Amino acid sequence: MVNSQSADAPVWSIVGPMVAHFAMLSLMAIGGGVVMVAPEMQRYVVDAHHWISAEQFSAAYAIAQAAPGPNLLFVTLVGWQVAGWTGAAAATLAILVPPAALTIAMVRVSTNRAPGPLGRAVGKGLAPISVGLVFATGWILFRGGSGDWTAAAVALLAAFVVLRTKINPVWMIAVGAAAGVMGLV
Amino acid sequence: MKISPLQLFIAFSQMALSGFGGVLPFAYRALVERRRWLSAEEFPKLLALSQVMPGPTICNLSVMFGYRSAGLSGAAAALGGMIALPIAIVLALGIGYQQFGDLPPVRRALAGMSAAVAGLIVATAVKMARAMPRRIAPICLLALAFAGVGVMRFPLLAVMVFVAPIGILLAWRERW
Repeated sequence: MVNSQSADAPVWSIVGPMVAHFAMLSLMAIGGGVVMVAPEMQRYVVDAHHWISAEQFSAAYAIAQAAPGPNLLFVTLVGWQVAGWTGAAAATLAILVPPAALTIAMVRVSTNRAPGPLGRAVGKGLAPISVGLVFATGWILFRGGSGDWTAAAVALLAAFVVLRTKINPVWMIAVGAAAGVMGLV
Repeated sequence: MKISPLQLFIAFSQMALSGFGGVLPFAYRALVERRRWLSAEEFPKLLALSQVMPGPTICNLSVMFGYRSAGLSGAAAALGGMIALPIAIVLALGIGYQQFGDLPPVRRALAGMSAAVAGLIVATAVKMARAMPRRIAPICLLALAFAGVGVMRFPLLAVMVFVAPIGILLAWRERW
């Protein structure tokens, strides 16, 4: 499963491409945050390279969601599952550093200028694509699980409750865990 | 306002650790209501800029606020506060998963959690979709992005190269 202890030189043959890919993805996450590049990350580490399983990927995502802090930290866990501590550090830096550098550059250059017509067209044109990608993330995480009708019922219940009430979403994750332990999922 | 890097680190650590299932509401509470470092008018502007920039929104917000308050060390302190302790917690949970992940109850609990999380993400997508104009073009773009990346599992870059220019062009021509 995790090859964290075998952190020898060959690890870099995995970590190198992973860092390059994650860094590129970090710059593509516009508007929706890292949640919208999760499907591509899953395709890359699970389908294309078989570094981890779909179940591991979904577990990493669920663990990061259940913990406090930014949801992007599932990337740290994915990196850790792929290549141990090196992988965790490398994946985290890859997703954080490029946007942070760009943000600082932007703050230095612009002084509260309103976006021009092209800027507005980019924002408006990309928004529906972001939404489609967030739907894709939900779908792929669902497929990574057992995918049977009880899992679908838990997912629909969680979505329904969060859309209709002001309950903290973390409670729905707890409900999911309880349903799982009782053997319902 | 002059805020020290240490103050930034502590403040952003606090918001990160209270942010179960999303830090943004806690960022508003801390920066605007509790510490009054930002006014209610300034916060949405900062948030909009953070959303337009590539990368995780809450991290962009931390970097921007930290940089404005105390330069580069401020940006590092705010971003560090946002992620340092949560990373430790997530890794501890990950190690627990590696140790006990094969036990049937743990596997089932995680399967249930994954299903719930998938539902929560769909709910977020629904909320975002509700704010979209109800026109053919944006709905088609949404469907294309979902089908290409979620169902067909094409690489994101390939889908974006195809869909993004169409979206920007249609928005530019005011087609919705």
